[in-house]
Amino acid sequence: MSIPILKFDAVIVGAGGAGLRSAIQLSEAGLKTAVLSKVFPTRSHTVAAQGGVAASLGNSEEDHWHWHMYDTVKGSDWLGDQDAIEFMCKKANEVVVELEHYGMPFDRTDNGKIYQRPFGGHMSNFGEKPVRRSCAAADRTGHAMLHAMYQRNVKANTQFFVEWMALDLIRDSEGHVLGVTAMEMETGQIVIFHARATIFATGGAGRIYYSSTNAFINTGDGLGMAARAGIPLEDMEFWQFHPTGVAGAGVLITEGVRGEGGILRNSSKERFMERYAPNAKDLASRDVVSRAMATEIKEGRGCGVNKDYVLLDVTHLDPATIMKRLPGIREIGIQFAGVDCIKEPLPVVPTCHYQMGGIPTHYSGRVVMPQGGDMSAVVPGFYAGGECACASVHGANRLGTNSLLDLLVFGKSAGDSAVEDLKGGRAHRDLPKDAGDLALERISAIDNRKGGASVAETRLAMQRTMQDHAGVFRFGDMLKQGVTKILEVEKAARQMEIKDKSKVWNTARIEALETENLIEVAKATMISAEARKESRGAHVRDDAPDTAEFPNGRNDAEWLKHTLYFPQDNKIMYKPVNMQPLTVEAIELKTRSY
Amino acid sequence: MLREDFEKLRWRCVRRGLLEVDISLTRFLDEQFEGLTDEEQLAFVELADMEDYDVWHLISGQAECTDPRISSIVAMLRKS
Repeated sequence: MSIPILKFDAVIVGAGGAGLRSAIQLSEAGLKTAVLSKVFPTRSHTVAAQGGVAASLGNSEEDHWHWHMYDTVKGSDWLGDQDAIEFMCKKANEVVVELEHYGMPFDRTDNGKIYQRPFGGHMSNFGEKPVRRSCAAADRTGHAMLHAMYQRNVKANTQFFVEWMALDLIRDSEGHVLGVTAMEMETGQIVIFHARATIFATGGAGRIYYSSTNAFINTGDGLGMAARAGIPLEDMEFWQFHPTGVAGAGVLITEGVRGEGGILRNSSKERFMERYAPNAKDLASRDVVSRAMATEIKEGRGCGVNKDYVLLDVTHLDPATIMKRLPGIREIGIQFAGVDCIKEPLPVVPTCHYQMGGIPTHYSGRVVMPQGGDMSAVVPGFYAGGECACASVHGANRLGTNSLLDLLVFGKSAGDSAVEDLKGGRAHRDLPKDAGDLALERISAIDNRKGGASVAETRLAMQRTMQDHAGVFRFGDMLKQGVTKILEVEKAARQMEIKDKSKVWNTARIEALETENLIEVAKATMISAEARKESRGAHVRDDAPDTAEFPNGRNDAEWLKHTLYFPQDNKIMYKPVNMQPLTVEAIELKTRSY
Repeated sequence: MLREDFEKLRWRCVRRGLLEVDISLTRFLDEQFEGLTDEEQLAFVELADMEDYDVWHLISGQAECTDPRISSIVAMLRKS
């Protein structure tokens, strides 16, 4: 079967913050650029980012990129690459000011400068005291950012392919990336986008977990495509969790609820935080609260039929206080838990929020992988930025407001690198004869299977396995069982069946394809997490506790290294963390404490 | 509504930027959309076409809509 071919200089998959930022660089350099997106660009998940974007502009008080770098290295629990972190923190002011010039309506100070507010983990003078570093546009920073960058792209003649889903990466026998196969949802037509540069900006894969704050769109399509094309995934054991998402829905309940006096209770109505943090109780830090909740659930003191959540109780508070101080919380309880929190406690569970790992990249945005003796050889023609990529700046734990910075800096950097690489006149390489076969075979298999589990059942089995076995607090025995279980889920997914066989607007088929991508990410996460026998940042194991020899359970002698998961044989390799910044002294290892 | 039109609408409800909107619109579509009049269905399509924060602020009662057709859909959504 012959597949239509569309030729571009560059094809970008994903039209959230990173994709739009890359596209600006390419289109403004005069390159013919296509951007593929499952949804209209301003409906990408970047829209959910409210906190702001970090940059040491120093508009409100003294600040410096070096202090921001220190905070980011410390936040990452020293797993972030210090060259990439220096690059990002140094570039922050530039990308924020550019965004301002694109028309981004940042909040202002009285004298007209960009207003900056404090945010957790951002400090002045190498960890001394909090600093105002976050630049925001009210509570719609991500939304405003998408609108400003989309308009800039329209002006630059970027060609958008909206409601198209990329299916698979095309690589030739020498490993060069030559574009993607993609499907137009409206017609079911499959097309090859033949490109000289291919940039992935597909976001995270938070939907691998049963409880996730991520919108349904975050299905890790870029990671699935990379994995099927033989590219390893880096540091996939590191996922940031928020302690209180509504059980079963994932919608976030702000920490302000506990700040106003909300109490966490188990199935016996016990205020269990008194046992874990006798002084701070329910106001202990995020990780302490999350671990306590996970322990209560694991030890059978969870609530509900499956004993898989705990309760957040505000029934003892004055209803007027709830309505005044916590607007929207009552509505969230009613809409997503069927509970009026004035009368009954809210069911909550630690909830997946952000993916620190991803497709391994250099800070230039070029995708890298081991080849011969080189642990970080460039994959020619392939670039990535944003949450789908691992530069690695977040290491084992991301600092708030560094996610929007990541997508701006590395989106731009991937675009710049592609422009630079194409300047030399790199021609379109010939497509391999079997280009497109993998995508066609996958679609044909999904359409023709009979008797397997449904997409919804398969996805639920994966999400439950991930939540139970590789959640916020990890147990050695559960991780081992989790590896067996997730491989069984993968096997069952090969039989996944859809009832709707229509060609046009077949959302069941699209969801089946997304689920295949999620399962690649789920496997990578479980296997990488089982293998890392220490606690670091967001990866916290019961069998790697805080001791005098290993503070916080971190074991630098053995585990100061990046995980690389190879999907073809489920094997793991490790590569060193880059401890050498570009121009300054290395930030030496220390115990991470705040 | 034709199958293709319904599936397109479904995609535009189930893949939003905000999780709150994903859940609210998809649940309403699956449970109540079929029982709406043609005019109500059209009003729902208009609501689904709005920006994520605008939809969520209507559903969560943080904003009000001046169009009575959309307001009545929002009232149904809040009860669903």
